This record gives sequence, structure tokens and C-alpha cells, in this order.
Amino acid sequence: MTFTEILFYVFSAILVISSIGVITARNPVHSALFLVFAFFNSAVLWLLMDAEFLAIVLVLVYVGAVMVLFLFVVMMLDINVAQMRAGFTKFAPLGIVVALIVIAEIGSVVWLKSSAIDAAALGASSGVAAPAAAEGYSNTQALGELLYTQYLYPLELASVLLLVAIVAAISLTMHKRTGQKVQDINAQVAVNAKDRIRIVKMVTEKE
Amino acid sequence: MIPLQHELLLSGVLFSISVAGIFLNRKNVILLLMCIELLLLAVNFNFIAFSHQLGDLHGQVFVFFILTVAAAESAIGLAILVVLFRQRKSINVETLDTMKG
Repeated sequence: MTFTEILFYVFSAILVISSIGVITARNPVHSALFLVFAFFNSAVLWLLMDAEFLAIVLVLVYVGAVMVLFLFVVMMLDINVAQMRAGFTKFAPLGIVVALIVIAEIGSVVWLKSSAIDAAALGASSGVAAPAAAEGYSNTQALGELLYTQYLYPLELASVLLLVAIVAAISLTMHKRTGQKVQDINAQVAVNAKDRIRIVKMVTEKE
Repeated sequence: MIPLQHELLLSGVLFSISVAGIFLNRKNVILLLMCIELLLLAVNFNFIAFSHQLGDLHGQVFVFFILTVAAAESAIGLAILVVLFRQRKSINVETLDTMKG
């Protein structure tokens, strides 16, 4: 067993344990932090699987942006934890049974058909499972070349999707508070002198 | 070289843990969103495992797009959650029965 394989199994074990922590932690903040931990371990595993660029993206985008957003929301909302946990034990048996069934199904497919998977995996790359990376090979460069040529239109679509997501998120959460004393610059600039001063003609009073 | 079976099994275990999480925490919308993130991570593991084993970069491109969509989804989901909490002072899923669905 090589060092890489040992690392893979160690980080897989930590990943599974921390994802169990995500679903069983009492406090939503702890769940979010466990999820951050799980993402870090996944990034390490992706590094081991030769996906260097995506590993960094996972850390930057998920840990840096999405999970910070989650933590913000969890801490901003005042959640009644006890009330949220009320149905936990009631649903636990069903959840565990479903999880075991899913594991059994996937496991049976993976293990019973492992010879077929091996044939498919090895056959596609003619005997060698993964071609060794050439000298000076850059995963980021290769991915970028693919993204900006063959997948250009999907990339543009993804960017439009992100724009739509920004607009949707901002317009959903923005709301006008009433009863606040704020400056309305437009009204101030558009004001007319005639509306402000009224000159009243009246007879001069004499002593 | 890590066997493909082990990578797929890891992804399957991760997937079923998050499915179980959806069953366990079905009152808390935030935890449901976190479980969905974990589900997508498990799916991404499959893509990267096959990409690694086959030496094919297209799987990683797919993971890239899945990450994009998942980030957009969670941002909008959390925005909806904030609006929901502002209206109802609670994020309990059981009280969301206005539409009688």
C-alpha cells in the first residue's frame, strides 16, 4: 500500500465521520463547521485524484463563500434548536434504514459488477488506468483550454446563471424599511423656489 | 493507484449519509440545504473518480458546472430562507403549509 493510498483512506474516514457530524450535530453552527471540515477533506481527496484546480475551487468557493454565507444566516436567524430537534428520534430509524438500503444498493453494484467496471475503466485507456501526467502538465491549463473552447457556451450560460442568482438573491432580501428618516436627494434637488416661499401681499400698516 | 471501487463506495456512503440527514433533520431548512450540498459533493466525487480513472478531463468540466449551479442554488435558497424567517419568525418546515400541498 503506497503513501497516497494510505492518505486516501485516512481522509475518506475523516470525511465520512465529519459528514455524520453534519447530520447529527445539535447546534446548526456545529453542523456548518463540520460541513466546512468535510469540504476541506474532500479538497484533499480531489487533490489525490489529480483534480488540483477543482480542489482549490472547492476550498475557495465553498469554504470561502458558500459556507460563510451559511454561517451568517445560521447566526443571524434566531433558531429554536430544541423545537427543531423534536422529530429527530422519530425519523431516525427510517433515515438509517433508507441510508443502509442506499449503501447496500450502491455497494452491490460496485462490488458485484467490479469486473465489468474494471473492464470498462481499463479498456477505455488501453490497459493503463490513468496515463501518467507528462512533464510540465498543468491541470488548470488543460481544464481552461477545454472550458474556453469546447465548453464556451456552457461557460457563458453558467456566468449568466450566476448573474441571475445575484439579482434574485439581492432582490429577494432587499426591503424598504418604513418610518426611517433618510435623505431623498432627488426630492431635494427637484425642489422649486416657488413651492417653498409664498410672498403675501398686504397693506402696509401705519402708525 | 486507488481502486475505482473504493472511490465509488466513498461517494455512495457520502450520498446515503446525506439522504439520511434529509430524513433526520426534516424540520430545519438550513440543515436540509446543507444536506443538499453534501449530496452534490458526493455526486462530484463520482465524476472526479471516473475522470481520474479514465484520464478524461470532461468529468472535471462537469464538476465545475455543478459547483457553479450549487453555489447559485444555495445563495438563492438562503435568500428565500431569510425572507421566510422575516415573515414568520420561524424556519420550521412543518408550518409551511399555506399552499396545502
